[in-house]
Amino acid sequence: MADYKEIISAYKDLPGGIIEAYHAIQKEYSYIPEDAVVAAAQAFDISKARAYGVATFYSYLKVGKRGKNVIRICESAPCHVAGADKVVAALEKELGIKMGETTEDGKFTLEFTECVGQCQATPLITINSKPYGDVTTEKIPGIIAEY
Amino acid sequence: MAEEMRIVLRNYGKIDPLKIEDYINAGGYKSLAKARGLSQIQVIDEVKNSGLRGRGGAGFNAGMKWSFSYNTPADQKYVVCNADEGEPGTYKDRIIMENDPHTVLEGMAICGYAVGATKGYIYCRGEYPYVVDVLNKAITQAKAQGVLGDFDIEVRMGAGAYVCGEETALLESIEGHRGEPRFKPPFPGVAGLWGKPTVVNNVETFANIPIILEKGADWFKGIGAPKYPGTKVFTLTGDVVNKTVFELPTNMTIRDVVFGMGGGVAGGKKFKAVQIGGTSGGFIPESMLDTQVDFDSMNAIGATLGSGAVFVMDETTDLIDVIERITKFFEHESCGKCTPCREGTKRMHEILKKINSGKGSGADIAITERLGQVMTRACLCGLGQAAPGPVLTTLKNFRPDYNAKLG
Ligand SMILES: Cc1cc2nc3c(=O)[nH]c(=O)nc-3n(C[C@H](O)[C@H](O)[C@H](O)COP(=O)(O)O)c2cc1C
Ligand code: SF4
Ligand code: FES
Repeated sequence: MADYKEIISAYKDLPGGIIEAYHAIQKEYSYIPEDAVVAAAQAFDISKARAYGVATFYSYLKVGKRGKNVIRICESAPCHVAGADKVVAALEKELGIKMGETTEDGKFTLEFTECVGQCQATPLITINSKPYGDVTTEKIPGIIAEY
Repeated sequence: MAEEMRIVLRNYGKIDPLKIEDYINAGGYKSLAKARGLSQIQVIDEVKNSGLRGRGGAGFNAGMKWSFSYNTPADQKYVVCNADEGEPGTYKDRIIMENDPHTVLEGMAICGYAVGATKGYIYCRGEYPYVVDVLNKAITQAKAQGVLGDFDIEVRMGAGAYVCGEETALLESIEGHRGEPRFKPPFPGVAGLWGKPTVVNNVETFANIPIILEKGADWFKGIGAPKYPGTKVFTLTGDVVNKTVFELPTNMTIRDVVFGMGGGVAGGKKFKAVQIGGTSGGFIPESMLDTQVDFDSMNAIGATLGSGAVFVMDETTDLIDVIERITKFFEHESCGKCTPCREGTKRMHEILKKINSGKGSGADIAITERLGQVMTRACLCGLGQAAPGPVLTTLKNFRPDYNAKLG
């Protein structure tokens, strides 16, 4: 795994590149380690408060540990009416955790998201940004088994 | 009967989006060469005269917008493509970029030439990493072929903030800040990215440019509604038979979209409502289905064309439950910079939750209406101004649904 310091230094000369750096870190770690925010503040020559402010403004970015595979369930109106609540219940049951939690082995985290632009196939979830559409309770074990 | 007309999606399914040769063989990048043979003013006038209005929601004349940047002298200018597409129910920009990335690049490069910008950014939402890959491949190919000349394009990723679709918040985000909208004026055309003149246009707007240059302003102006000419790409979702993407001339009606191309309500059920333009759009009842979909006709019935999202709901839908969900969306997405939106979206959600749980009263309805009107007028940016739209239009068009839930 690439060190977050190396990742940050690859972006530090890019104007406004801090968000790109956070994306690259999150791609490696699946989240942004707290220390990486401090390192980013130094590299981009801004205060820690600002670097933290940017990292926490955006809901796609997560500061602090989460599971290796991030499952996000869309709860925007079109997915909501298509039965997103049933998908939530099925995933919670399958993984034995609640929304917002991570499995004990650190493999999966469950999160809500707003629309991810795949509304031709509601209800919809993403795993590490890969979309799975027209999700049913029956399909869930098969999808989870891919990871 | 509605018939599809593909202008923006002219290459959809016909070319391999990852092969620039396919795009070039289909006539691609000829419009850019043609533009470069004209004066900058001629290009701007052609776009202005075509009547093309922004497809990102605000409906501003594209050529006019370009002229502001052209007329502002600066050592550096920018062209920004808004590919943030966060409006729930919308997926048209993804379809365009996935299937024909070069048409967007070509449109941006034509704009760059016209206004005198040598650098372009595509701000693509972080939820579309696969689209970012397509765009980067297309840019690499275009550079290798030398078709873009001295115009450089870079892709930047959003990170899950709906408000960053608002153009000034988007610019803040490219600059590496929290995506909070700026006060306007100055408008981006005059002082945008890093304070420089910046044209911000939507993906679909740019995708219209090459063909306008190819076929001319008069050709374009003759399509669809005279005041909002051309086509619009619609994305259908909800309880409709064909949940897919269509491109229609703008003089079609909502009924053409939902019952023509959309195939009507799924499962043989009856129609209840349609929300157009994304989650901030108005709720439209059966009685208004014969309205034309163009920008001005939609505004006239208190609805919006917006992004062209079409969310169909059948007779079994609990509208108040949908509205509660929508108010939660806005509470979540408010950036918090101004008070009427930060507090207003929170209270609006609170009241809707109360009404939806059967504990609301007539007084709650009255205060919701009042709050909605205050937000529409007092919020700093379009997010807060549009947030009460779904509540206010359902209060107007579907009041019995509220009454049935009051405690
Ligand atoms: C909250 C909010 C979200 C927006 N989201 C988008 C978006 O996702 N895509 C877009 O092109 N325009 C969006 N807009 C409109 C932009 O501010 C801007 O008007 C548009 O990008 C201009 O391009 P156009 O003239 O080609 O439509 C949004 C506006 C607001 C207030
Ligand atoms: S209206 Fe809402 S989103 Fe817009 S600036 Fe105010 S708080 Fe932020
Ligand atoms: S509403 Fe769920 S993906 Fe768009």
